[in-house]
Amino acid sequence: MSYTAIALLSVAVVLVLDLLVLRTRMVLRPHFWIAYAIMIGFQFLTNAVLTGSQTVQYADAAIVGVGNDTLPGQPPFIGGGRLFYAPVEDVSFGFALVLLTLAVWQFIGDRGLQAGPRSGPPMWRRGASPRSPGR
Amino acid sequence: MTYALVLAFIVVGSGWLELVLRTRVFRRWKRLLLTLVVVCLPFLLWDAYAISVGHWWFEPSQLVGVSLPGGMPLEELLFFPVVALAAILTLEAVRSVLDPAPAEEDA
Repeated sequence: MSYTAIALLSVAVVLVLDLLVLRTRMVLRPHFWIAYAIMIGFQFLTNAVLTGSQTVQYADAAIVGVGNDTLPGQPPFIGGGRLFYAPVEDVSFGFALVLLTLAVWQFIGDRGLQAGPRSGPPMWRRGASPRSPGR
Repeated sequence: MTYALVLAFIVVGSGWLELVLRTRVFRRWKRLLLTLVVVCLPFLLWDAYAISVGHWWFEPSQLVGVSLPGGMPLEELLFFPVVALAAILTLEAVRSVLDPAPAEEDA
């Protein structure tokens, strides 16, 4: 199977896990999408460094875009199946990795393994949180 | 060193959330470790397969030069736990701001 096929399959598998198997339903939670929006920005940045510098290179036969074996040198910045130098398949791959991670993290917490301490409040809000009247 | 520096950037760029947004991810280390093992295993298998059939490869001059038996660079092995940790820290940072634990829960 090509990278394209596995990348798409991985998203389908992880969606089934999130919605039907683990039932964590991360993709239905706004907090997940806010976190993902932050992460995909950093994904584009770090991945552009890795692929623009040709630290990681891809076979033409494995991706929809142009491979490093058929077009030596720096890949297109945008276009030719490349998005910020990286293969467009990396968007699928990254989404599957992030969603599986957060679904498993949520699932384990829901099952009672270190559900807490919960996160927050941020440092700058310390002491500003509402406290019970007796304190 | 390019790949190692990118990993360091991800660690630093997400790690500060534990301190400043008090995400308490490292405090929940058993849950963290179990998540990393469960998530990294299938992705490392995929990666090892992709490297073995030549879907992608790495430029040696950009690496520190330590490789696993299957030809996977050390940086690639570390990529998965580093990114998974960053994802958890980011989600918990969002929760810290939008749905924080009550102050009484401070442990």
